[in-house]
Amino acid sequence: MNELLDLYRTMVRIRAFEDAAEAASQGGVSWGGAATEGAEVRVKGPLHLSTGQEAVAAGVCAHLHARDLLTSTHRGHGHTLAKGADPARMMCELFGRASGYNGGKGGSMHIADFSVGMLGANGVVTAGLPIAVGAAHGLKIRGEDAIAVSFFGDGAINRGPFLEALNWAQIYRLPVLFVCEDNRISATTQSAPMTAGEQAASARAQALGIPAVQVDGNAALAVSEAARKLIEEIRAGSGPRLLHALTYRLKGHVSVDPASYRDPAEVAQALKNDPIVLARERLQAQGLGEQAAQIEREADEEIAAAVATASAAPLPPPEAAYSDVVSIGEGAWT
Amino acid sequence: MRTLSYAQAAALALQEAMQTHPHIVALGEDLGRGGVFGQYRSADGRCLAELFGSQRIIDTPISEATIMGAGVGMALAGLHPVVEMRVADFALCAIDELVNQAAKNRFMFGGQGRVPLIARLPIGIWTASAAQHSQSFEAWFAHIPGLVVVAPATPQDNYGLLKASLASGDPVVYMEHKELWGLQGEVDTQATAELGKCRVAFDEGEGRDLTVVSWSRQVHVCVDAARELAASGVRTRVLDLRTIWPWDREAVLAAASASGRLLVVHEAVQAAGFGAEVAATVAEHTGARVARLGAPRIPVGYAPTLEAESRINAAQVVQAARRLLAH
Ligand SMILES: Cc1ncc(C[n+]2csc(CCOP(=O)(O)OP(=O)(O)O)c2C)c(N)n1
Repeated sequence: MNELLDLYRTMVRIRAFEDAAEAASQGGVSWGGAATEGAEVRVKGPLHLSTGQEAVAAGVCAHLHARDLLTSTHRGHGHTLAKGADPARMMCELFGRASGYNGGKGGSMHIADFSVGMLGANGVVTAGLPIAVGAAHGLKIRGEDAIAVSFFGDGAINRGPFLEALNWAQIYRLPVLFVCEDNRISATTQSAPMTAGEQAASARAQALGIPAVQVDGNAALAVSEAARKLIEEIRAGSGPRLLHALTYRLKGHVSVDPASYRDPAEVAQALKNDPIVLARERLQAQGLGEQAAQIEREADEEIAAAVATASAAPLPPPEAAYSDVVSIGEGAWT
Repeated sequence: MRTLSYAQAAALALQEAMQTHPHIVALGEDLGRGGVFGQYRSADGRCLAELFGSQRIIDTPISEATIMGAGVGMALAGLHPVVEMRVADFALCAIDELVNQAAKNRFMFGGQGRVPLIARLPIGIWTASAAQHSQSFEAWFAHIPGLVVVAPATPQDNYGLLKASLASGDPVVYMEHKELWGLQGEVDTQATAELGKCRVAFDEGEGRDLTVVSWSRQVHVCVDAARELAASGVRTRVLDLRTIWPWDREAVLAAASASGRLLVVHEAVQAAGFGAEVAATVAEHTGARVARLGAPRIPVGYAPTLEAESRINAAQVVQAARRLLAH
């Protein structure tokens, strides 16, 4: 067992999944007008890719169990896969098929697999933090041996619920790990000039007495090591912790956004710093190049099969639009 | 006359108003880049931020509550802020600032202060954007005393009504439709629009058989339906309400009295929608038969088959009209 190989597998699966989703989202109208449309477009609507950020999802989720709970952002495919979801059912959801995790009701932006504790990607920035805090509070009240984790972007820390969630987690000493995926940008705007203070995600946590650790979010082993320590502390009853991972978004805000607002030199540099490239180089140096190549082939096959499954799967029938809205008195107590 | 998109028409209105009124500013996320839908980008492609500088087109953090709350404060300090919420769904993150602060200020403080603030809250289904990016909340805000609610359907109206809103002096919830941003149309920059006045979007035989009231994107669907009805001899008048509050009761009551039948059509969920207000008012004041057509009370789904259940199409409008005419 080689830890880097395991992390590499997770990262490569995420990359393969998102590359395939991106390919299936092309052909519609462009960003800035309407959403992605067109009969041939199989993944419609906004598709937020986490390309370049895979090491954070892989490194953190490597230390989670299925019973641990997770909330995510609009950029949630990586977190969902890393938490153990099935890529075929995920792809079905992105294709809007009845066999998708949400029955085609949510799509990419709301991808979720409750069976592995992944409580959902969210279309509202910062909304996942209070939910994760509540989940952690619920786990604590029920005396369950599990923790909650919330991923969020660097832009999300400027909404009020960030402060409220961190404060709440701290005063009730909740078992929750906050993970800031700091890709330095929020939609099309640079985050730095919009955010007061240096290393704001960590600094704000520390101001509330929550220990925070900064890590190179493109170094899978470093993320994993930092996450392992923090998660161990939380499991031992420490209360909340924050992991601040510095990374980079290699693609546009959504799949059809050409991201022309970024500095090409910065992008070129970031491509060299791609976490998958870095891990691959390292594995090569350790003489594990063949194993890495094998992992890549398996991921490609797995994701090609997921696309085939999703392409062949039927759309939900119209009447499904009326189910799971409300049904008074049904299934309230379990 | 110029041909402009719905988004460009609003940008032009804002640009012209900002040129003559130094107190107008705009604030919100991604405004420096022209807004995510290009609604802060002039017809020649330049960002309004280039024209007016970052002091007047203000790029903000992702902080909806403070964007709206700061707008209230700016207004009390003498500015006329345009507060950008990207989509109405995210304005729910700023609901106290809009409902308890902006809407109440003038009344609660005995008229000492006024809040001339435009809250741009785009509504409507946005293809394949699912349940958190597709909602139509106009009825919520119509329910709140102190707010004006505007919902333009055409580039001309997005130009004229934004200008009228900027001049109104009170908080205006300005609801553009996300699927209309690209709609092209002629814009007469000399024409003015008045809040509280509807527009005749279609009139066949002076609408002697049926009055249809609608607004926003649904107006275009209703016009298609009215054309189809006209082909089979039904004389329909389609009124585009344009402002939800104050709404043009007089014009609607007059048309409904004359035709004896009123159908209100909106994209929002039908239950407790603004169509109920229009229908009830017409029923109270005329002998007209009334009917409503809105979305079922379901969140907007992602898959095309599910999303379609929330869309009101021309065939459904025709069917509802025929049902109404059959009695
Ligand atoms: C409350 C809210 N405001 C605005 C948006 C629009 N929006 C979607 S993603 C995004 C940028 C978020 O930046 P960040 O939190 O850094 O995450 P990233 O996209 O970089 O992963 C914005 C502004 C939203 N979805 N929700």
